[in-house]
Amino acid sequence: MSTEETALLMEAEDGASLWHDAWLRLKKNRAAVTGGVVLAIMVVLAVLTPWIAPYGYEAQNLDLGATPPSAAHWLGTDIFGRDLLTQILYGGRISLAVGFIATAVALVIGVTWGAVAGYVGGRIDSVMMRFVDILYALPFMIFIILLMVVFGRNILLLFLAIGAVEWLTMARIMRTQVQSLRQQEFVEAAVSLGLPPSAIIFKHIIPNALGPIIVYTTLTIPSVMLLEAFLSFLGLGIQPPQTSWGLLISYGAETMEEYPWLLIFPGLALTITLFSLNFLGDGLRDALDVRGSKD
Amino acid sequence: MLKFIFWRLLQAIPVIFVVITATFFLVRSAPGGPFDSEKAVLPEVKRALEAQYKLDLPLHEQYLAYLGDLTNGDLGPSFKYPGRSVNEILGSGLPVTAELGLYALSFALLIGVLAGVFAALRPNTRQDYIPMGMAMIGICMPSFLLGPLLVLIFGIYLDWLPIAGWGDLPGDKILPSVTLGSAYAAYIARLSRAGMLEILSQDYIRTARAKGLPEWRVVIQHALRGGLIPVIAFLGPAFAGLLAGSFVVETIFQIPGLGRFYVQAAFNRDYTMILGTTVFLSTLIVFFNLISDVIAAWLNPRLRAQFKGSA
Repeated sequence: MSTEETALLMEAEDGASLWHDAWLRLKKNRAAVTGGVVLAIMVVLAVLTPWIAPYGYEAQNLDLGATPPSAAHWLGTDIFGRDLLTQILYGGRISLAVGFIATAVALVIGVTWGAVAGYVGGRIDSVMMRFVDILYALPFMIFIILLMVVFGRNILLLFLAIGAVEWLTMARIMRTQVQSLRQQEFVEAAVSLGLPPSAIIFKHIIPNALGPIIVYTTLTIPSVMLLEAFLSFLGLGIQPPQTSWGLLISYGAETMEEYPWLLIFPGLALTITLFSLNFLGDGLRDALDVRGSKD
Repeated sequence: MLKFIFWRLLQAIPVIFVVITATFFLVRSAPGGPFDSEKAVLPEVKRALEAQYKLDLPLHEQYLAYLGDLTNGDLGPSFKYPGRSVNEILGSGLPVTAELGLYALSFALLIGVLAGVFAALRPNTRQDYIPMGMAMIGICMPSFLLGPLLVLIFGIYLDWLPIAGWGDLPGDKILPSVTLGSAYAAYIARLSRAGMLEILSQDYIRTARAKGLPEWRVVIQHALRGGLIPVIAFLGPAFAGLLAGSFVVETIFQIPGLGRFYVQAAFNRDYTMILGTTVFLSTLIVFFNLISDVIAAWLNPRLRAQFKGSA
């Protein structure tokens, strides 16, 4: 057995028990488990929407108009007689998709940037982190609005714009992790075996820095979803005919005096999802003991 | 201390410069000029308009001219409201937004610090769980949902408070301020709880207790100062968030402030207005980050000693 294999094996064993411990700790945290389950249900509903939605997305019934919740329309209908549950399901698809995809964009940029800066070090590191500092000081909310105005309001741009501002913290966390990991023996071993830096970063360092990354990712998704809802509420995010929870809330707010359910149900959907993600994120932070394992 | 302020100022200058440059070129690269809009305009008129707004010059000259105007504090004319300059529009919105932000922040600090300190005094009991659970709700309940809900409950069903406006009817400033401030109250509660918990476990607090000081003096005179440093450091970023939040709150409650003007400018594609507002708001945000950093450094005895030694 070569040294590398031994090192890998030991690392894998350590990793397995660490993850196992974390899993046991997480299972004991009732709020986090509930959050995880609710979130899983939301995701399944979003994926299955085209098959399980009680009405078609475009289906209108102008004669019906806005009706409160009933047996035929569990959450009521909007002023065009569209089924609110169907709207919320389709809106959830977009809201969750923005949350996950924009976070993934942020994750890829942030992890790569931070890992390279932390691993290479020296002048390149300080230039790269200076850049992050400058971006940090920018009022990014204003910049996203600016981007949406200048380049038109399309959903792809929304993913990129949100992802492009959310990667900064990820890069900082990753850099701190890498700086401490690269001092350790298994990385030295990999270096002395002549592995190229890219292989060391992606195969040896990133897997060992997963804990904080997972925690921060879980906490980034709700803030991204909030950002999307915020923009859609202002009319600068998702555009009709597509819909999202933020857009549904903004419609609901316009007519809440007569039809309060149009505000309350989309609001509940968004709040419950954000709650679940935050509880799950906090639970993961405790389970993976992220603050304690920073050294 | 002076040296620290000086260094932070030096760091702020490139940031503002980047903002101005990036915004300028972003806005100029937007497809379609501001005057090829709905109505067909005579070519001569269009040319005259473009000359008036210096759009006939090459891009880099426009940029330099804009920078020149900026150094005189001139943000240029508005495209959509001819005859009104961006300065005038911002000048009319700023006091309103500043007042709204001030009330929201005062509300957030008062409620947040009280709840956080209260929770930290008895960690992991009901006295901790209830305020922290409410803080979680505050964080997960976005302002654009909380605002309409508050309007629905206190404005429509109970009919206690006006549902829109600013300074027109008695009490119409309450709902917007609470809407804008509550998320920050929640963050501040969590930060001050964490900060207080850490400080309360330190040796000098044990010393103070061992001296026989009453608990309220231990908390107020000894722990609060250190425990609130994270809160002070949060105020800078919170200010940026408050401005962004004012976009929503001013839209919901129809308040004629900076946020509403910005959103309207974004809708109308009023490019000079967007450019001017972005530059103005960014400078404000950078400035407030600077102030909160300086205050946090001043409150932290270790940092203070360091700067006393070197300055």
